[in-house]
Amino acid sequence: MLLQGYLPAILQGLASTLTVAAVSLAIACVFGLLGAVAKLSKSRPARWAAETYTTLIRGLPELVLMLLIFYGGQILLNQLAEAQGWGYIDVPPFAAGTLTIGFVFGAYLTETFRGAILAIPAGQSEAALAFGMTRGQVLRRIVVPQMIRHAIPGFSNNWLVMVKATALVSIIGLDDMVHRANLASAATREPFTFYAAIALLYLAVTTVSIFLLSRLEKRFSLGVKQVQF
Amino acid sequence: MDWDVVRAAIPEFGKGLKVCLLLLALSVGTGFLVSIPLSIARVSANPWLARPVWLFTYVVRGTPLLVQMFLVYYGLAQFEAVRESAAWPLLREAWFCAWLAFAVNTTAYTTEIFAGALRATPAGEVEAARAYGLSGAKLYTRILLPSALRRALPQYSNEVVGMMHATSIASTVTLVDVTRVARDVYANHLLPVEAFGMAAVIYFTLTFTLVGAFKLLERRFLRHLATERTGAAAAAAPAPRAA
Repeated sequence: MLLQGYLPAILQGLASTLTVAAVSLAIACVFGLLGAVAKLSKSRPARWAAETYTTLIRGLPELVLMLLIFYGGQILLNQLAEAQGWGYIDVPPFAAGTLTIGFVFGAYLTETFRGAILAIPAGQSEAALAFGMTRGQVLRRIVVPQMIRHAIPGFSNNWLVMVKATALVSIIGLDDMVHRANLASAATREPFTFYAAIALLYLAVTTVSIFLLSRLEKRFSLGVKQVQF
Repeated sequence: MDWDVVRAAIPEFGKGLKVCLLLLALSVGTGFLVSIPLSIARVSANPWLARPVWLFTYVVRGTPLLVQMFLVYYGLAQFEAVRESAAWPLLREAWFCAWLAFAVNTTAYTTEIFAGALRATPAGEVEAARAYGLSGAKLYTRILLPSALRRALPQYSNEVVGMMHATSIASTVTLVDVTRVARDVYANHLLPVEAFGMAAVIYFTLTFTLVGAFKLLERRFLRHLATERTGAAAAAAPAPRAA
């Protein structure tokens, strides 16, 4: 039998791991873009807020942040709910997990996106503005399409680290691949088999991601001349 | 904020901090020593040396540290041969398993950092050294390693800080580190902000102490790259570290 019949359960765990990773990535992109725009803005409070955000996140372990947001957020939310008379609110582990991971990696993506925006010559935006485009149009037509190309290497790295960081959500009770492996190990008393199996699945996700992201990078660099040494 | 709980927990957090720092020093120290020969093998032209090291770093860097630690701590006990071996008294210990998993993990990342720095050696330096008659071990100990390890310093500081954060994962295999203490305080008093906030303050202080220490090292060892404005060479771009 494949993994003593636990293979389907483990694969469901994989789906859950990938869902957590994908949702966290979307959240991280939002935080990252906001952070990058804030860091590059003329407003001093915005720059200060973004600087505090990235410094704080880089100074703390993800696990501690996750526990703080999961348990602390729960109490904060319930104090708020009590004041408003809403009754008891349970923070779902999925929301806490994805929000934390997204919030943490948003700080790293802030730096990635900031660097990518700075890599675009300022003359291009100035020229677009001189042609009468609005700021929104400049962002959509000039900055973002080129920014993606510069951001892909940093983005790839963040994604690969993030997929592995999702393993931590099992600690706050999310039913991901690690949690499934814990259950199967306890039931069969063969922990090595199951932890090795999920390690291979993580490795497979990494390998497929690297392959796809390098193709994406080629796709977005089509119009760029590579230096030949 | 319940300051009485915070004050009462300080001695426990002190013990947790010791565990965290000891685990960090042991694993980073081991990782540093093992990474030097491995990174030399990694950049070697001989595929029989380079490929196995590539495979090792690929597998370790492609899987979560949490899973690696579970594999060592819970997984190895599955095999009777392991349980009856001479190493079992060690492998039964959470401390030993955490050290082993952390050391292997940081070795893989550090090897790639050092290998990258070795590859970035200017070809002229090696040619000049060969012209002076240096070869083999002397070429490495006198020319390649001193300059490569210097170049690796900014990235290596990221790795050490990342490992320090990763020690929080040891709390899942019964080690009573800062994170475990925070979880116990939370379980006893149900005060998450006090418990995890205290841990956050400790980790934050540690992070910036380490960053500051590495800045000093960089100022010392990368003086030749210093600019007048910053006083030190540019730091590596902040990068996330695997969990």
